[in-house]
Amino acid sequence: MSSVRHEPTDRAAGEGALDADVTADRVRRADVCVVAIAECFRGDGERLCNPIGTIPMIGGRLARATFEPDLVMTDGFAMFTASVLPPGTDPYRSREGRLEIDSVVEAWNPYPQMFSVLWNGRRHVVMGASQIDCYGNQNLACIGDWRRPKVQLLGFRGAPGNTINHTTSYWIPNHSPKVFVQKVDVVCGVGYDRARTLGPVASRFHEIRRVVTNLAVLDFETPDNRMRLRSVHPGVTVADVVEATGFELVVPDEVPETRLPTAEELRLIREEIDPDNLRHTEVPG
Amino acid sequence: MRLPDKRITEEEVVAELRDGITIGIGGWGSRRKPMSLVRAILRSPLKDLTIVSYGGPDVGLLCAAGRVRKVISGFVSLDSIPLEPHFRSARQQGAIEAMDLDEGMLLLGLQAAAWRVPFLPTRAGLGSDIPELMPEIRTVRSPYPGPDGAEGEELIAVPAIQLDVALIHMNRADQAGNGQFLGSDLFMDDWFAMAAEQTFMSCEQIIPTEDFPRYGSFHTQRISRLHVTGVVEAPGGAHFTECPPDYGRDEAFQREYAAAASSPEAWEEFRSRWLDVDSEAAYQQALRAWREEGR
Repeated sequence: MSSVRHEPTDRAAGEGALDADVTADRVRRADVCVVAIAECFRGDGERLCNPIGTIPMIGGRLARATFEPDLVMTDGFAMFTASVLPPGTDPYRSREGRLEIDSVVEAWNPYPQMFSVLWNGRRHVVMGASQIDCYGNQNLACIGDWRRPKVQLLGFRGAPGNTINHTTSYWIPNHSPKVFVQKVDVVCGVGYDRARTLGPVASRFHEIRRVVTNLAVLDFETPDNRMRLRSVHPGVTVADVVEATGFELVVPDEVPETRLPTAEELRLIREEIDPDNLRHTEVPG
Repeated sequence: MRLPDKRITEEEVVAELRDGITIGIGGWGSRRKPMSLVRAILRSPLKDLTIVSYGGPDVGLLCAAGRVRKVISGFVSLDSIPLEPHFRSARQQGAIEAMDLDEGMLLLGLQAAAWRVPFLPTRAGLGSDIPELMPEIRTVRSPYPGPDGAEGEELIAVPAIQLDVALIHMNRADQAGNGQFLGSDLFMDDWFAMAAEQTFMSCEQIIPTEDFPRYGSFHTQRISRLHVTGVVEAPGGAHFTECPPDYGRDEAFQREYAAAASSPEAWEEFRSRWLDVDSEAAYQQALRAWREEGR
């Protein structure tokens, strides 16, 4: 079966007895990351769920298949789709000179239309970051001076428009001081300090909800919106995260563990959403 | 029903171009790019070009061949190879100027040019480094009260990005310059066409106007001859970018192209084999031979 079922399960996360299977030793790190991404979308309701990247896509689909059944999903190309193929599968093919698509299309949303959707605001994107600072300023354009970069990366892509217009979260599969820096070389995605300088009117649609990494979940739920350690993944210590972060994190006295997938979530991930196990290639272990 | 005949060749398109002009190129990344027109530019001595593009190998090839003064883009990527290696090295060597916009800002710049207004306002770009790094991007104060009843909001004023010439590639077209896309996305090709003084459109196949419905619904007939100066029939003209449903991306070729950025020698070899050919027909011939070899 390649399609994902989307019946609302109406089940609170973590509720119910855990299978023998759902213990920290059987659950792999990538599974925890998938669930942490899914949790970013909790409460979003009928909104475009637009996670970019392998684990983000799996996490978004898990949220849709479980506790956020009204989310609108993209196929990563030009369609909003009610059913999706596993990540890495191209849903489009040519047959007798016509383009066909192996998924149930809810709406056609080509690129020009996507900008209308994002300026309209009903979207929550998960982007990557080559660098991110303590207020959530993000860089994916280049390393070094933009005028003559040491390393040219992706360019600004949609980051400035996304962050100032709707909710954004970040996925960082390699939590390290090279990514979590004191100061990003170029501000593409707008962080909380910049948003505050712009004032309440200009920044009224700005929200950086979470940063999910291979080690931890972080947020900005502090008085001055500095990045806070929200939870550490099983097997990771607070000291590990602090060491892998190039700025001073807000670390509460009690840091919980990131929750494990439920038995049903694990089944959905393994059997329906990511049967080819692409998540483990992004986060091994 | 008599419609104009705007059919021309790649060489005739290039004869209309001049050093130093601004050329907008349709498509997106490594998708439905007017590559036969780009290859024709590479066979000419044209230089000092400003290229406006949701960039892919069009930008990379023109940079590698030293034809570009400035690139205006939201990104430059080969999709399956995320970072365009030739564009990267041009940027890292300081060989070109750049205007690096948010993808949506670039759309607004094209729309402003198409609608003949000097700018369009947006929130996109506020708070980012774009206004600081690119002083040609200014802000504008709304003449209307803000949502709090106080003074008007300050917004980014994306300047009109006026194009001298736009180059786009469609699946089908008629001889009059009406174009039809059959893939999942038109990208910004209609805006490129309307933002330009002159638009040249290549296509996989020129068909009689009345045959468009044989290939797709009327919703796919999105380019009007109002905005098209000349039509080039170029089967395989988007190679090696994808042009569905006619063909997918030639990933093997794209890997060769990307590898050609590894050294000046590798680039010379790629150039002599694929770009220093007499015509688009010779390129397509060389491609057939290369595929035979591979078997």
